[in-house]
Amino acid sequence: MSSKISNLTESHLFEYLLRLGDDRLILGHRLSEWCGHGPILEEDIALANVALDCVGQAKSFLSLAGKVENKGRTEDDLSYFREAVEFRNLQLLEQPNIDFAYTIARQFFYDVYSYFLYEELSKSSFDELAGLAVKSLKEVKYHVRHSREWILRLGDGTEESHAKIQEAVNERWRFTNELFEDDIVVESLSGEGVVVKNSNLKTSWNEFVTDTFEKATIVKPVNVIDYSKGSRIGNHSEYLGHLLAEMQIVARSFPDAEW
Amino acid sequence: MKDSQHKLWEVFVQAKTGAPHEHAGSVHAADSEIALQNARDVFSRRNEAVSLWVVPSDQIVASTPEDEGPFFDPANDKIYRHPKFYSVPKGVRM
Repeated sequence: MSSKISNLTESHLFEYLLRLGDDRLILGHRLSEWCGHGPILEEDIALANVALDCVGQAKSFLSLAGKVENKGRTEDDLSYFREAVEFRNLQLLEQPNIDFAYTIARQFFYDVYSYFLYEELSKSSFDELAGLAVKSLKEVKYHVRHSREWILRLGDGTEESHAKIQEAVNERWRFTNELFEDDIVVESLSGEGVVVKNSNLKTSWNEFVTDTFEKATIVKPVNVIDYSKGSRIGNHSEYLGHLLAEMQIVARSFPDAEW
Repeated sequence: MKDSQHKLWEVFVQAKTGAPHEHAGSVHAADSEIALQNARDVFSRRNEAVSLWVVPSDQIVASTPEDEGPFFDPANDKIYRHPKFYSVPKGVRM
């Protein structure tokens, strides 16, 4: 770590990197649940591909988080040996897959956010973070293309597909507010040019989503009551615990196993 | 029984710029954009391609197995079909 970064910034940076890592770890795990269950073989492979990208990005961010924290924790320690309250992922991403429409709605909301976030993080004053953002942006460009095309097809497809994606969008919309929240961590780091304020991404995100919805004949939800609060300080829905139980069981049962 | 799969597309992969697009296999997809994405996922997950073509399988006109005899018979009895009556200069690649 460069010496000009203060201890306070270091703890904020650790916290921020956990958020980046946990978002992708949890989303990647959810997507991996589709493996072998995709609607058709080709889409099964596509979802697994995106899942692998997410987990790969999570590995990089969590490994960097461990380095910044400087207590000897690896990406595996951070993934497998933290409790739900220590996870910093957005509640949107831990929500169950339900069906293909719900999965695509969740994915689209997050892919678009990730795209604009990485664009900004590529300019970070923290070189390691900028490097990871550049690399991840390439992958996310494809993710957006994939989820956007499905939003268009489901929305403007058959009566049944339209009803399903509209329901999924309505149900998941309330989790999207949290994408654009800032707190002391984001504000102090953005002050030093390390990260971008989430609130700065909202306009671009909204325009992109609105444009896609119009083309897909999906009605954008209004007056949605937002129950999701505090993901970034460890408040989660009941679903995260179950997800972690499944994800962590092997590593916890055989702590030093290698494979 | 009705085929529940999406339409079939043939996939052609170009390994590097300037190389020919070679047939790699096929994917199912409802339309061309998704076919292209599926082809990318199935045939170029590990950077195997710089360019992809997808073509609706039913647009490919193919010879049938019954054609085998008359269609492909090289007419070996007509020796003038094979350019073998001059000597090749040294250094020319065959």
